Amino acid sequence: MSASNETIERLTRRGYEYGFVTDIEQEYAPAGLNEDIVRFISAKKEEPEWMLEWRLEAYRGWLEMSHPNWQKVRVPPIDFQAISYYAAPKKRPGSLDEVDPKLLETYEKLGIPMHEREALAGVERPAGERPDVAVDAVFDSVSVGTTYQGKLMEQGIIFCSMSEAVRDHPELVKKYLGTVVPRKDNFFAALNSAVFSDGSFVYIPKGVKCPMELSTYFRINAGHTGQFERTLIIAEEGASVSYLEGCTAPMRDENQLHAAVVELVALDDAEIKYSTVQNWYPGDENGVGGILNFVTKRGLCAGKRSKISWTQVETGSAITWKYPSCVLKGDDSVGEFYSVAVTRNRQQADTGTKMIHMGKNTKSTIVAKGISAGEADQTYRGLVRVNPTASGARNYSQCDSMLIGDKCGAHTFPYIDIQHPSAQVEHEATTSKISDEQMFYCTQRGIGAEEAVSLIVNGFCKDVFRTLPMEFAVEAQKLLEVTLEDSVG
Amino acid sequence: MALLEIRNLHAAVEGEEILRGIDLTLDTGEVHAIMGPNGSGKSTLAKVIAGDAGYEVTQGEVLVDGVDILELEPEERARAGVFMGFQYPVEIPGVSNTYFLKAAANAIRKHRGEPEVDAMQFLKHVRERMELVQMDESLLKRPVNEGFSGGEKKRNEIFHMAVLEPRLAILDETDSGLDIDALRTVAHGVNSLRSDERGFLLITHYQRLLNYIVPDKVHVMVQGRIVKSGDKQLAVELEESGYALFEEGAAA
Repeated sequence: MSASNETIERLTRRGYEYGFVTDIEQEYAPAGLNEDIVRFISAKKEEPEWMLEWRLEAYRGWLEMSHPNWQKVRVPPIDFQAISYYAAPKKRPGSLDEVDPKLLETYEKLGIPMHEREALAGVERPAGERPDVAVDAVFDSVSVGTTYQGKLMEQGIIFCSMSEAVRDHPELVKKYLGTVVPRKDNFFAALNSAVFSDGSFVYIPKGVKCPMELSTYFRINAGHTGQFERTLIIAEEGASVSYLEGCTAPMRDENQLHAAVVELVALDDAEIKYSTVQNWYPGDENGVGGILNFVTKRGLCAGKRSKISWTQVETGSAITWKYPSCVLKGDDSVGEFYSVAVTRNRQQADTGTKMIHMGKNTKSTIVAKGISAGEADQTYRGLVRVNPTASGARNYSQCDSMLIGDKCGAHTFPYIDIQHPSAQVEHEATTSKISDEQMFYCTQRGIGAEEAVSLIVNGFCKDVFRTLPMEFAVEAQKLLEVTLEDSVG
Repeated sequence: MALLEIRNLHAAVEGEEILRGIDLTLDTGEVHAIMGPNGSGKSTLAKVIAGDAGYEVTQGEVLVDGVDILELEPEERARAGVFMGFQYPVEIPGVSNTYFLKAAANAIRKHRGEPEVDAMQFLKHVRERMELVQMDESLLKRPVNEGFSGGEKKRNEIFHMAVLEPRLAILDETDSGLDIDALRTVAHGVNSLRSDERGFLLITHYQRLLNYIVPDKVHVMVQGRIVKSGDKQLAVELEESGYALFEEGAAA
């Protein structure tokens, strides 16, 4: 093994920083899944009858479905009756000021701002300080606080937990929920539709550009539970919003299930940018524990000239099964997918996107960068479909894999389905390794081996990082450094 | 104390001995040229001094400022002031030339216990140094060596040297593949950096570089040994007689 290989090995074996557990009194649904549990969750959330019926319909659909088996990952058997589908801190705060200090401390440890900054007229923010970000903090099954709601409401922007949205904005929820990802879309979407707990709800009214980044931080804390959040973002005509989500979980020997659904709707000339930094607990170096991440994310470019852009940095989870997609229905609409996925140790990821071109002159771009280290296995799976209605459609796809060490795997499965002769579709793919020559070149200039690896990997991911909001890009780079520290092999 | 002192250095790659007992002393302020035919071990010598893990040192010592560097990692040698200009500089996609140099400069400064470079000052320093090698400013923002022409890559090596200001610069066939204008530019860069605080080891196949960079000493290397040393006149003689004479001598 060469010197650089040893460094790479060391770099990818480093531990997980967010593996702590918050000791807080919580209440749970009894383990198992049946109609009574669905009723229990709905009752806990004090939902109206229509919402309960919607859930039950999804549950009945789920019973008829089976676990998908086409993905290239080895999934341990999941006992859906052993999981508790609801866990929430006992004390329910009435406002941000009443949130349990232990929870605030948790978010502080995770580096997430849960305080609203006083806006002082005429006072410049010190250089280098982060701009304000509105945060919805979801702890296991419930939202424990959302910041800047009042300020956003001044412009008619709704940013709240899904539970609040069902209660306070039922007409919007009824109109859009399940329209992009139908209840019986797939096994995990159906499960989520039956038992979903909190997630975020965002509504940007006509012509409004959201003045700050909106973000949700998902934290799994309780053991023997799963997290099943649901997020819905609607941008009306000419509206725009940038939304970020982050995810972490404690280190445990058990696998925990995370099955989320995210739906985005962009009307005429609207723009939604959705960024994810996924850092769920990945399991230990022997593949014990870790989050099983089965997520359905889809955006509908419903309106003309609308745009939906997904950016994801995936470093966590034992298994990732996730294909953030765009349905390009409106003429001249644009879909983008930028992804960096890092798998190390025994992590497995089968991730990619779907771009469904329906409208005329629709455009899509896919840039996927996969980095595999240790004994990890990673698959890019993508579909580009041009429907008979989509004249003038264009797609550009680029899939690059980087292998670190000689025990990992990278695979690319691009599906292309073209039903209009005018379509222009390009696909490029590369596979590379960090060469000994590159390592020597860097170290010869004085750059340490660990820094050299992160420099090279960051360079490899640059096309994706530049699409992230500024402060998030820095976070993503750091996360990558931490993730790869110990991985050079 | 000599800047560089090599004593009885033997090195092998994959079990095959390439360097068979090199002795060489280089003082600060000096420029030495090592010439020799293809396969004589010139580049191996450069890489062994710089710490390329592909080569195994089987015997001998390499002292820089009196310290044996053979046990040091390549980055530790670099921080101690050893710079190597690569014969075939490698591409680092997505990492801008400036960013790369800043990372290198900061690593060296950190080693010396100095604070990180100020971004504005560093940029000023970089621009000044760029003029030395008449490099196009666009190459600062481009990824390291990516899409650079052969000549641009070589200039970039001299540019890196000019920015990092090493104690000992080893230039491995920096002249190969350069047209006459580029050769002059590279030579100008080296000559500008000559100083009492610094030494150069030029590895070259051809005498023509030495028309522009006049060396204090010339060593002829054949089959892993230095078979003759002399002043700049030796290079001129070599140009006329070729290496054949020495090759027979080395084999004997």
